[in-house]
Amino acid sequence: MGSKKIISGIFRNQIFIPIAALVILALFNLAADPSFFKISFGYNSVGNPVLSGYLITILDYGSELAILAIGMTFVTAASGGQDISVGAAIAIAGSVMLRVLCGHNSRPEVLQAPIIVAFLVGCIVAMLFGAFNGVLVAYFRIQPMVATLILYTAGRSIAAWINNNELPIISQPSFGYFGGFIPGVPIPTPFFIAVACMIVTFLVLKFTTLGLYTQSVGINESSSRLNGLSPTFIKFLSFVLLGLCVAVAGLIKVSRLSTINYSVIAKDIEMDAILAVALGGNALSGGKFNMASSILGAYVIQFLTTTLYKFNVQSDALPAYKAIVVIILVVMSAPAVREKLSSISNKFKNKETKGVSM
Amino acid sequence: MNEKSVLEMRNISKFFPGVKALQNVDFTLCEGEIHALMGENGAGKSTLIKVLTGVYEKDGGHIYLKGHDKEVSIRSPQDAQRLGVSTVYQEITLCPNLSVAENMYIGRGKGLGMSWKKMNSAADKILQSLDIPARATQQLSSCSIAIQQMVAIARAVDMDCKVLILDEPTSSLDEQEVEKLFGLMRDLKARGVGIIFVTHFLDQVYEVCDKITVLRDGQLVGEYEIKDLPRVKLVSKMLGKELDDMSDIKSESAAYEGSDASEVIFEAKDLQSNAGIKPFDFTIKKGEVNGFTGLLGSGRSECVRAIFGADKVVGGTVKVKGKKVKINKPIDAMKNGIAYLPEDRKVDGIVGDLSVRENIVLALQVMRGFFKPFTKAEAYKFADEYIKLLEIKTASADTPVKSLSGGNQQKVILARWLLMHPEYLILDEPTRGIDIGTKVEIQKLVLKLASEGISVTFISSETDEMLRTCSRLVVMRDRKVVGELSGEDLTQTKIMSTIAGGEG
Repeated sequence: MGSKKIISGIFRNQIFIPIAALVILALFNLAADPSFFKISFGYNSVGNPVLSGYLITILDYGSELAILAIGMTFVTAASGGQDISVGAAIAIAGSVMLRVLCGHNSRPEVLQAPIIVAFLVGCIVAMLFGAFNGVLVAYFRIQPMVATLILYTAGRSIAAWINNNELPIISQPSFGYFGGFIPGVPIPTPFFIAVACMIVTFLVLKFTTLGLYTQSVGINESSSRLNGLSPTFIKFLSFVLLGLCVAVAGLIKVSRLSTINYSVIAKDIEMDAILAVALGGNALSGGKFNMASSILGAYVIQFLTTTLYKFNVQSDALPAYKAIVVIILVVMSAPAVREKLSSISNKFKNKETKGVSM
Repeated sequence: MNEKSVLEMRNISKFFPGVKALQNVDFTLCEGEIHALMGENGAGKSTLIKVLTGVYEKDGGHIYLKGHDKEVSIRSPQDAQRLGVSTVYQEITLCPNLSVAENMYIGRGKGLGMSWKKMNSAADKILQSLDIPARATQQLSSCSIAIQQMVAIARAVDMDCKVLILDEPTSSLDEQEVEKLFGLMRDLKARGVGIIFVTHFLDQVYEVCDKITVLRDGQLVGEYEIKDLPRVKLVSKMLGKELDDMSDIKSESAAYEGSDASEVIFEAKDLQSNAGIKPFDFTIKKGEVNGFTGLLGSGRSECVRAIFGADKVVGGTVKVKGKKVKINKPIDAMKNGIAYLPEDRKVDGIVGDLSVRENIVLALQVMRGFFKPFTKAEAYKFADEYIKLLEIKTASADTPVKSLSGGNQQKVILARWLLMHPEYLILDEPTRGIDIGTKVEIQKLVLKLASEGISVTFISSETDEMLRTCSRLVVMRDRKVVGELSGEDLTQTKIMSTIAGGEG
């Protein structure tokens, strides 16, 4: 009985949605080619011990997405809309970090500033751009998608302008640690960064009232205001927090290549981040949210992308496959379908109990 | 099925997880009859209506309609409409930015094509025949709430409805508007439409209805002819007990008698907000219950909203306990010990998707600050305490507040503010849309709080309720304070004459 209750609890919990998606993908891969799950141990070109395999790739590349999903969840919950400028904002944050590291010379022999300084400057800039979006949404009450369309359009040009349209290259190997491997540690660093972000988020949600406030504002703005909250500020804050997440993701992105390509870096990542929130079972219209579910959603999206790559799907064709997932998700979460499903499961349950009583 | 009845519901049952919302309820509606459906909150009125209109699927029982030999199955509101069962809800469910005619014909065309000219002239004809003062081409939002409701009724009538359900239609109307609505109802009755009237206003029931069906705790208490059931009996049937003398609750509770009884808790001078009220002065003493009265739209809500900082304050000075303070937004007021239960609990009160527990602790949590969240255990303790104290009917503290009945939602919001232990509590229409039992409970609670030294400002559309609770009334007309009544002057007639202009 107890275990049954737990199982039915999981079914009802929204984290069931990404878990189910994960299980389906895993089963598909298991059936198609079990070698998908193989993890091998070896040494990379500079002689560091590394783990490799598709699962490691998922952990690695899913991490930026998970970090972005955290911020996107806050924005979605508070504003009832999404930020479509995160890809462009990553380009800006990455560009700023490289600019600080390189100074005036785009191919420096030694770094012109400590990495931490570059990172912090990147954080400030990304948060300022987040604040820009936040002001448009919270104070000017522009629809989030429309408001962030501005930065979406302009962001990559701004990123190029920051470095005078040059492509700076960092030759110092330690800068590559953030997007690659720390010598001696076989697990990719982005995963550790993502875990750190998750822990911080968890602590923030536990030791502040951010979660309650965000949800309250997202559900009923007017009543939140009469309870002493400032909905404008909470919405603004959510965009600034997303800015911070963008900076962290930006660091990982530029560190992977030790350089930047303004038009390609983090391309279309905003769609994946939004998809992660949706796959996590969170309403894109705002209100209640489940952070763990969003984060898991991000890794599931990466799982899907990696699976598609493995089956040699052209990168151009990827969005079409993702679109299928979106369709399934949207249909599944539509109220009409949910009602049908719950009535079916109720009938099933009734039969079961009847069977027991007889 | 009886010759004269248009609707018969037999043995209707409906279960929700853990609740038997309806158990074997019968309901019969005859042609050309106005039938009141009465009961406390949670008695099952709304559930019965929702079963009839296809919003809920019934778990048992049968529904018969005139003109159908067999039992009918109503699985969606569209089904209900097709079968001639129409509903006009408490909240207007029309589209305010469309024209009156568009609202009457929306969703009813057979194809895509339609003639606007024809539609407008047809709409005008119906409006005229029902004597509704609106034009077909007028935008709906430019009509008063009463007219909007009448348009909704006209829409139903035009759809050839045989059963018209009016769910709390009068709760946001003033007296003249109610009269107009009743005129329309009597007109429809003469045309043979059966009307189910759900309301909390006893006076109105006795004014227009022919029969009363009373529900209690999801069960049928009985069906009565109006002349056989005097008010006192009706109330006791609804409550399931004899009602204690309501007119005398004021003398029951002692007035606050602390040494600081004359201390002025709140004082406003020339206070003015951007909501269009004239500057007004206002004071309240410790342990005093006073109220704002006036017709709907006279500015009584705007006054208390200005006090709480809910609207933008544009002028005047405010003193709390003799000290000058600035109240620009709700949090400023809360920090000064002022709590405000808003008029519209759905829009301004509850946070629907959050649990009862989260709704109860919200205001106190905001006061306490961003970095000091209550632990779950603390929050449960608060919630359970107030669920018990106010007898809130909820499955648990984790239930989303939106799934509670209206009266219980109101209690949750009341709990939220009581938890804050305010010194000055503003209650704007706390008893609207609430059954009579809870109403008396809330009135008693107000007087009890006052006897403990809390100052209360009470606003209600029902003057007798104000008379029972308040010791001083500020009278408003046309967004201006026009008088203050206390002591001997606190009578219905005196209030009326002050509201009307005081010449008589």
